[in-house]
Amino acid sequence: MPVDTARMTKVFSRPQSLTEARLTYCPGCHHGIITRIIGQTLDELGLTERTIGIAPVGCAVFAYLWYRCDALQVAHGRASAVATGVKRARPDRIVFSYQGDGDFASIGTAESIHAANRGENITVIFVNNQIYGMTGGEMAPTTLVDQRTTTTPEGRDPLLCGYPIRFSELIAQLEAPVYVTRQALYDTRHIMDCTKAIKKAFQNQVDGRGYSLVEVLATCPTNWHMSPVQANQHVANTVTKVFPLGDLVNKGA
Amino acid sequence: MPRGVVVVDVERCKGCGLCVAACPQKVLAQSGTLNRSGYDVVHAQNPDACVGCAFCALTCPDTALTVFREKTAP
Amino acid sequence: MGERRLLRGNEAIAESAIRAGCQCYFAYPITPQGELVEYMARHMPRLGRTFIQAESEVAAINMVYGAAGAGVRTMTSSSSPGISLKQEGISYLAGSNLPAVIVNVVRGGPGLGNIAPSQCDYFQAVKGGGHGDYHMIVLGPSTVPEAGELTMLAFDLADRYRTPVMILADGLLGQMMEPVELPEPIDVSQLPPKPWAATGARGREPNIILSFDLGPENLKKMNLDLQAKYDLIRKHEVRYEETQTADAEIIVVAYGTIARIAKTAIDMARAEGIRAGLFRPITLWPYPYDALRAVADRVKTVLTVEMSAGQMWEDVRLAVAERAKTPFYGEMGGIVPTPKGILSEVKKHAR
Repeated sequence: MPVDTARMTKVFSRPQSLTEARLTYCPGCHHGIITRIIGQTLDELGLTERTIGIAPVGCAVFAYLWYRCDALQVAHGRASAVATGVKRARPDRIVFSYQGDGDFASIGTAESIHAANRGENITVIFVNNQIYGMTGGEMAPTTLVDQRTTTTPEGRDPLLCGYPIRFSELIAQLEAPVYVTRQALYDTRHIMDCTKAIKKAFQNQVDGRGYSLVEVLATCPTNWHMSPVQANQHVANTVTKVFPLGDLVNKGA
Repeated sequence: MPRGVVVVDVERCKGCGLCVAACPQKVLAQSGTLNRSGYDVVHAQNPDACVGCAFCALTCPDTALTVFREKTAP
Repeated sequence: MGERRLLRGNEAIAESAIRAGCQCYFAYPITPQGELVEYMARHMPRLGRTFIQAESEVAAINMVYGAAGAGVRTMTSSSSPGISLKQEGISYLAGSNLPAVIVNVVRGGPGLGNIAPSQCDYFQAVKGGGHGDYHMIVLGPSTVPEAGELTMLAFDLADRYRTPVMILADGLLGQMMEPVELPEPIDVSQLPPKPWAATGARGREPNIILSFDLGPENLKKMNLDLQAKYDLIRKHEVRYEETQTADAEIIVVAYGTIARIAKTAIDMARAEGIRAGLFRPITLWPYPYDALRAVADRVKTVLTVEMSAGQMWEDVRLAVAERAKTPFYGEMGGIVPTPKGILSEVKKHAR
């Protein structure tokens, strides 16, 4: 029996800040949830027309297509440096970079740390899914010990490849950052928490408070060889043991 | 409980099933119907149970779901 | 009115960049262009502009990418090893059609080489350097005042063609002091608008800065557009200087600091009765092939002199082909050819 929705309250719809483009991510990939949260945040804070996004290399390479914002697609790992350049050139605009674990915590290590250390007034969304999705499931700096990837076919051996890097903890050692947090999306409560964190990270920039980093533990069902629901459980039961959730820095909270 | 409705944008849905798992009322299920991209899209198998909590939409990675809730009397 | 000051080449470039309206400057210190970084550190902040000592040359060029994408005039500078690190960013700037100025105060290479003057980065500057089918406009100043003038020009050309422009200097020019007549600072508000820039999509469709397209046909189109731009630059922006070429039997081809030394050698040769002339490319890309070819038609010998193993020499031979003899004299490792050294080469080949 069809219901007349015209007489009902719309409690959830696509954020206005998102374009009509369909996301290119695999089924169940958390990138899409993060994209929606950012769009909703831009809506709620009224920032769409003054925001400039930085799209990385990796699965999110098309991030410039998702938002009704100006954007720059940039070289692998350099998003925080480019964000620095944009923000210094246009201090009254809102600049966010969207970076995967390979981008932010491997090839872009220097750019990531030093943008944070300068306390650039930017918002960084760091998506940690412990794998290189776009290139075919290779090891990421965040890959768990014993996790099988296409470049650690027998599992990550810490004696050969080191341990998963807790990059947000490194950033949290620095004086300048005002907000460093690790969030997850494996259930609705955590999705709501992550939404609050991302909103705060943008609000900090609006208020001119400085560098904010939101690390999001995300899934890669395709390269983890799990169903999206199994992947959520894996984050809840295993990944969060290595990457504990919560605020690492929250100045003046 | 208020009455809710979930509207599925069939062409955005990738049939990942996250919304099915997230729904506390067991409203949603894979439909067995493929969209133009070949995904088995979800539908409201048990629509009368929907309370419009929007957990499904929160967890949908493809913004394929719009959720409505009955206006409650003031 | 302009202002006359005694400046090093590095300082003349820095001061001219400021007067050209450079809003954001990013660099990592390296010899022999340290004075440029230090000059910008002293002057940019007091003008309310951005100076960042970046964590690396890679970061600096990507900050340039951001500032250029956001529509302001921006520059970075370095020396050879640092310029190698910037190649990734330069390729992205070219591919994304972004205007920026890059200064290379060349030192000896390869590898760590040394900090003495050299012209060993010519290939890297004019033939590509980074990945992909692209060019930069490359300007080769030969005096300190000209380093200043070409810096002003570099910003205009970068904006006009939405392309990276390189000032290719060397350690000698960077360190040398000369009186410089500085022009009035430009009024940035009078510059042509950049409607393509990422400044916030207020009341318009989003602007996207990118060098990326997965579709082969689309990427081919992007490349063809780049090539069309390069044709336009070749047509309109070739610059060179001829000295005493009208009656010459032998000409020296040299650029940058070496052209200046060669000028003295030409005069010495003339004093000894040799009708020598000088052809000095100012734009190293686009290279003045046609003009050099026209000169080569009138002379017996075209002698290339460089501080390299013969990099520009390849372009000279492309231009001259079989029209004249094309001997080469080069020094490396930071050895600067002297007027007497060039004179003896001229005498050897003029006979």
